[in-house]
Amino acid sequence: MTTVDRGSGHIVTPLPFPRYAARELGDAQLRTNLRRATHTIRDKRLRVVGEVPEWEALRWAGAATKDDALARLPALLEQFEAAATARGATVHWARDATEASAIVTDLVRSTGTTEVVKVKSMVTQEIRLNETLAEAGIAAVETDLAELIVQLADDAPSHILVPAIHYNRGQIRDIFRARMAGVDPDLGDAPAALAEAARRHLRAKFLTAKVGISGANFAIAETGTLVVVESEGNGRMCLTLPETLISVVGIEKLLPRFADLDVFLQLLPRSSTGERMNPYTSLWTGVTPGDGPQNVHIVLLDNGRTATLADPHGREALRCIRCSACLNVCPVYERVGGHAYGSVYPGPIGAIISPQLAGQDAGFNRSLPYASTLCGACFDACPVRIDIPRILVHLRQSGVDAKRGRPSAERTAMRALSFLMRDRRRYAAALRAARRGAAPLRLGRRRDTLRRLPWPLSAWTTSRDAPLPPGETFREWWSRERA
Amino acid sequence: MNARDEILSRIRRALTAAPPATAAPATAAPAGAVSGAALVGAGAAGSGDVIALLADRLVDYKANVRHCPAGSVGSVVGELLAGATAVATPPDIPADWLSAWTGTVLRDGAPEPLTVARLDAPGVAALTGCAVAIAETGTLILDTGPVQGRRVLTLVPDHHICVVPASRVVAGVPAGFAALPDPSRPITLVSGPSATSDIELDRVEGVHGPRRLDVVIVVDAQ
Repeated sequence: MTTVDRGSGHIVTPLPFPRYAARELGDAQLRTNLRRATHTIRDKRLRVVGEVPEWEALRWAGAATKDDALARLPALLEQFEAAATARGATVHWARDATEASAIVTDLVRSTGTTEVVKVKSMVTQEIRLNETLAEAGIAAVETDLAELIVQLADDAPSHILVPAIHYNRGQIRDIFRARMAGVDPDLGDAPAALAEAARRHLRAKFLTAKVGISGANFAIAETGTLVVVESEGNGRMCLTLPETLISVVGIEKLLPRFADLDVFLQLLPRSSTGERMNPYTSLWTGVTPGDGPQNVHIVLLDNGRTATLADPHGREALRCIRCSACLNVCPVYERVGGHAYGSVYPGPIGAIISPQLAGQDAGFNRSLPYASTLCGACFDACPVRIDIPRILVHLRQSGVDAKRGRPSAERTAMRALSFLMRDRRRYAAALRAARRGAAPLRLGRRRDTLRRLPWPLSAWTTSRDAPLPPGETFREWWSRERA
Repeated sequence: MNARDEILSRIRRALTAAPPATAAPATAAPAGAVSGAALVGAGAAGSGDVIALLADRLVDYKANVRHCPAGSVGSVVGELLAGATAVATPPDIPADWLSAWTGTVLRDGAPEPLTVARLDAPGVAALTGCAVAIAETGTLILDTGPVQGRRVLTLVPDHHICVVPASRVVAGVPAGFAALPDPSRPITLVSGPSATSDIELDRVEGVHGPRRLDVVIVVDAQ
């Protein structure tokens, strides 16, 4: 196997998924908030997707366009660079998170400013940009409402689209009252009042900011254009008012042609916020004299994307347009929330992206592909037809393959089972022995399951019940009734 | 090797080691089959069906919609501007759109560009046209072309009035993009007033962009 260059940053879970999940499941308020929000958005998505008779054709078209772009990525990146440069942008390239953050930090430093305004962006979280800027004495102000909530609460995002999905309106009011400078102490919890408070808080920052920082939803090779899809207008503020604009763009964001936006601007809003179209979408190409930032930088980022591309069974994860539809329909995400995944990319897509970008050996990323019941709802919801369950299974297999030959409790148990099940009489005898052994456990018990087994079998019962052996097997019943 | 060359060579290595399947087998559905026009039956650009759909979708996302003949744009705009302290416009705004307005007109770039502070003053409204409007999604596309001006004009004021000639209204998203003359201009898609879904994933209107969006559809314009 050839070596690949993995990514770094906030895409490595520091604890195994089951450990985080157990902690998060203990928070009843969190589960209530998540259930309410995910069910709201599921219904909205289904309604607006139902309005589009050719939705399935659009999904195929989206997948095919992304696959085509990935198949000729070097040429498209060069075309993008040439087009953007011709329009006055400066294009930088970054191999990993550290390099990208350093490029952005140097660019900000050279402007002399100590505060930047940011458009919500997954990729800048991935590369830990805010942390790097802070070390250089530069404050990064998140301007998306949900990001602002999370930043004020000194918390971590828990959803791709709505990073504060784990808070309800009352909790958000409390955070604003406690942490937002100059806020009305009698602020209520009506969403409109909370939005108004955010508007007042950020207004002066937008109007005076020297540097804006963004990601991009799409990058058009043909024209050198970047696209940001948003709702609140904070994106437009950051993309229009500062003198300098720095955009960090994953290399998988490339689309070949301007006309390809047709398909993606139909797929993304309906899948993401369940709207026919999001309130604001901005497109810009380099510098436009007299309109918007006159100093435009684009940082093209690898950070494990080429490593993902190298795996033919996993590479379709790079089609992802970060809509978060898979999170909203996932029965696992709905119960544990985004923090359980230990990465900026939570949910089903996170379970296949983090282990591919950073590698399965990084932290406990190997545990992430197990954060799924393989029910398949994510694949059905995915606007670019990423077969997430198939990739989960693929990653589980490659994770196990990598450890093959080393001793493990699981393998020892499987070997013993294999020995018993290879011979019918041996298996029947084992079942009889198990029944006799378990007989005392049945006394006075109405359920056919055990909550806890002693070590080492406790590893099984920490997250599920163990069934008691049946009183009679099918074979025994058959020979008693029919023989 | 510099970062650029190294990333490009990593991609080439990845694609050479495991070449992508040429023409993915099941991607039979051609992109050409996807057209917004199908959503509104025979809705041709500017037709009554398409105008009605645009109005429906705009209202659904909390924009206010007025219909009027070309000769009445001035009076409708005058009504919509009631309570405004000033109106900011692109330099090439048609004089008759402001025929009923007696207040201050801030013409951008005539002679000086308007400052952000001026646009942010209380009660300033913005009045523009648009490049094209998409009925199916209730979207106005502004591309800084004629009667649209700089992006900041429709961003900083809290009230945006957009005049849309019926002939500029197309059925679906593909037709909307196809109607744009130059993709490299700054382009803004506006679908309703500023909104957020960040609190409990439910849509609430009114954050940083204009909180009031009035759309005047000019029904008999060519």
